[in-house]
Amino acid sequence: MISLENVSKKFGTGVFGLSDITFTIEKGEFVFLVGPTGSGKTTIFKLLIRDSLPSTGTIVVSGWDLLKLPGNKVPELRKKIGVVFQDLKLLNDRTILENTMLPLEVSGMKAKEAVSRAEEILKSVGILEHKDKFPVQLSGGEVQRAAIARALIMSPEILLADEPTGNLDDETAFGIVKLLSDINELGTTVLMATHNKEIVKKLNKRVIELNKGNLVNDKGGAKKEHRQEKEHEYKEEKTEEEVEKVEEVKEEKKEEKHEVKPSEKKDVKLSTDDFEEALK
Amino acid sequence: MKSLKTAWKNIRRSPYQAVSAIFVMTITFLAFSLVSIFVFSSTKIVTYFESKPQVTAFFKDQTKQTDINSLSNSLKQSGVVSSINFVSKDQALQIYKQQNKNDPLLLDLVTADILPSSLEISTYKINDLDLVATTLQKSPIVQEVVFQKDVVSTLTSWTGALKKIGITIVAVLAFATVLVMAIIIGIKIAQKRDDIETMRLIGAGGWYIRAPFLQEGMFYGVIGAIIGWLISMILLFLATPHLESFLHGIPLFPLSPVFLFELLAIEILLSASLGAFASYLAVLRYLK
Repeated sequence: MISLENVSKKFGTGVFGLSDITFTIEKGEFVFLVGPTGSGKTTIFKLLIRDSLPSTGTIVVSGWDLLKLPGNKVPELRKKIGVVFQDLKLLNDRTILENTMLPLEVSGMKAKEAVSRAEEILKSVGILEHKDKFPVQLSGGEVQRAAIARALIMSPEILLADEPTGNLDDETAFGIVKLLSDINELGTTVLMATHNKEIVKKLNKRVIELNKGNLVNDKGGAKKEHRQEKEHEYKEEKTEEEVEKVEEVKEEKKEEKHEVKPSEKKDVKLSTDDFEEALK
Repeated sequence: MKSLKTAWKNIRRSPYQAVSAIFVMTITFLAFSLVSIFVFSSTKIVTYFESKPQVTAFFKDQTKQTDINSLSNSLKQSGVVSSINFVSKDQALQIYKQQNKNDPLLLDLVTADILPSSLEISTYKINDLDLVATTLQKSPIVQEVVFQKDVVSTLTSWTGALKKIGITIVAVLAFATVLVMAIIIGIKIAQKRDDIETMRLIGAGGWYIRAPFLQEGMFYGVIGAIIGWLISMILLFLATPHLESFLHGIPLFPLSPVFLFELLAIEILLSASLGAFASYLAVLRYLK
């Protein structure tokens, strides 16, 4: 669904925003992107919606190679990705309903249908009663929900949420994360950038950690689990085929020591080093 | 339709900028209307003079009709004359009465006796006018020869110069209008930069973002042109009596309504194009 391979981003000032980042997010995953300010979280989000291009590396989102994506296809890509921006980017001169409808309006949907769909989404995020209010008339949590509603209105395959809980109290923040988790349960891939360690701990999802533009940790990821599983299967398959080789290696080692004892052969347990050596 | 609504909202929310844009368009299209009316009228006036007999010979009071006929026949036989029209003293009085029908004082003082009879002569080629005029001037029965070639050429050169001045003024105004409009639309784009960025990030295409600005420019253009045209019509209406008496006898007024409405249609098209072009420049400049 999302794949970054050796992605680096060098800014005009010569500073690297991202250095050689590689990770893959499978469909339906919920992934936290964590790291201090300036670690490159927002840069990754910008790259994923083709708001900027990487200096090197490849990015594939929903089957689209973003480096090869022609400019006129970018709006199509963005319609498939819901984004909750760090600064929310709600239009202050439009009501919550109008803000929520905006992506539908941009797609050319008829107003009546768009209103009905927007009301449905606002209801699902719990702020339908505020639909005729302007963003400045709502609390922090409510505007976050409005931004989520707008991000979800096109039923995107991927939802990117950049610090959606920033500046919110714990209770409201957990409410927002619960909402994102529910969305993920329905099949949407969610990538959420956050600083909030409590939330990350509590949800026990895959965490990609960045620091100064480098990927420093990728734990609990489905992809990682999947990769480990594959590695294990590979080893299982190879064990039978290569066991003789391993035995030979052991034999050779023992011969070198001139201490060949057939009875000890039965107790030989393969260490990882031996296994890898055999494979070589 | 949606972009039209957005354009209208943009206009309503910044009325002073809208008024400025419409004002500058109005000035340009008022000048365009006036220059167009001048060009149309001057062309008609020149055509009128060109279509009139190009040489007129006025006879002495006591000239006999047989002498006039003889002169007329000799001119016809020369082969260079395309038409000859004899105007008697009575016909001259009728023409005079027609021209001065609104001034009874002038009519009272004039009788057929004091007006000369005349021959109005046209030639096939303009170069033959000199020959005809010289022949007439030599005739003993001719008192005066009026040679309109000079009138036409003087009029043509004057109107030509005025046309050039008018077109230059309109071109300069149009250029200034494009700049002012581009700046006004540019300011609007700059004011909505954040909104535009948000729309782009949620998947709005280029046309969705640009269309309201182009339509806004076209709106200012069309409204400015209509107001400019209306003002020129009011000025024309107020000036018509004065111009009628000034252009005494030339059948110019009232100006053809077909011409006036054609002028409006052309102005609407031009103004929409000008507005769209100015907005397009702004969009290119500010929406990179």
